[in-house]
Amino acid sequence: MQATSDEALISRIATGDRLAMQVLYARHHVRVYRFVLRLVGNAAVAEDLISEVFLDVWRQAGKFEARSAASTWLLAIARFKALSAMRRKPEEELDEETAGAIEDPADDPEVTAQKKDKGEILRRCLTALSSEHREIIDLVYYHEKSVEEVAGIVGIPEATVKTRMFYARKKLSELLKAAGVDRGWP
Amino acid sequence: MIASRDKAPEREDIEAMLPWHAAGTLSRRDAERVEQALAQDAELARRFELVREEMAETIHLNETLGAPSARVAQRLFAAIDAEEAGVTRRTFRLDFSGWLTGLVERVSPRTLAWSGVAAAVAILLQAGLLAGVFLGERGSSYQTASFGETPASGHGAYALVRFNPAATVGDITKFFDQHKVSLVEGPRSGGIYRIQVSKTNLSKDETAKRVAQLAEDKNVVAFIVPTP
Repeated sequence: MQATSDEALISRIATGDRLAMQVLYARHHVRVYRFVLRLVGNAAVAEDLISEVFLDVWRQAGKFEARSAASTWLLAIARFKALSAMRRKPEEELDEETAGAIEDPADDPEVTAQKKDKGEILRRCLTALSSEHREIIDLVYYHEKSVEEVAGIVGIPEATVKTRMFYARKKLSELLKAAGVDRGWP
Repeated sequence: MIASRDKAPEREDIEAMLPWHAAGTLSRRDAERVEQALAQDAELARRFELVREEMAETIHLNETLGAPSARVAQRLFAAIDAEEAGVTRRTFRLDFSGWLTGLVERVSPRTLAWSGVAAAVAILLQAGLLAGVFLGERGSSYQTASFGETPASGHGAYALVRFNPAATVGDITKFFDQHKVSLVEGPRSGGIYRIQVSKTNLSKDETAKRVAQLAEDKNVVAFIVPTP
């Protein structure tokens, strides 16, 4: 049995189908939440924002033109909400979990390397990237968005998507090197 | 030398595509170009392994972020319900007869599934106004039981009720008939209606008992409390 497509669900939502809304929410809320959480770094704020994202979907379902995937549309709305929230509260404190994940500069790189395996160091370095770099890496690797889709979500040209991804990866390698992991690139 | 210089931009272009190749989001044509380059260039293949490593840890990191609490869904759907109730009230006030005619013609989920709308239609049926609408009386000056007369006070017993979102017009009409209750006022904020549960005065206990009896009709009643 084939599941109802996201596009069909959004069409039904546009007619006020609450059940279609529940299905769409169940299908996408975790990924949208994680995307927002990685941007704002605060679980409570991220929860508030995804509620707003899906309320916008309910209100604007009739405007969805299916030129992009529904998940791309959702992430674009989520990104807009997250950036607006970050502008409202630029000094938003990071929650303890996120703050704890950022590399402690006092750690000696060699000690760090000994303490943790390479995967763990890589994850900590991913967390320590700027929000702009985290965002593009998440969109490409985790949310599996194409160059064109990332350009649509972030609102930048496709060529810029590629260069931003390159610089995000370059920065990641620098952080890794500082943490004692030299990958020989770039 | 010249050949290798010519190949440099092509190699950079291919290298820039590696993250999308790892994620499987390249077009077939680009994916084939990358595959060919990887087969011929050991250093590029090594860098592709770095990309795959990054991707694996990015997925791992995101998967450990957990999920939002159930409260988010509760809040969202409560907001949707509240918004829908607001739309219902506005529609009633702005274009009552046009809305009603359209509603009966279309009977779409958005219009009929809401308890507020279904209740409103049932109330109109009860008031005998629907026939008037179909006979062509399309002026906007209707005075319904829910918006016109001020309810008589001091006689009878009353309750505030919110109808079940799944209740249909038929369910609510039947509810009114079976329990011999009538609408006095509404909808108020949150889709609440004031209904008369007895035409004669009842004691507090008797009213509570009557309301408890009505509350048992859970297909129609989502919430009900006695009110003066």
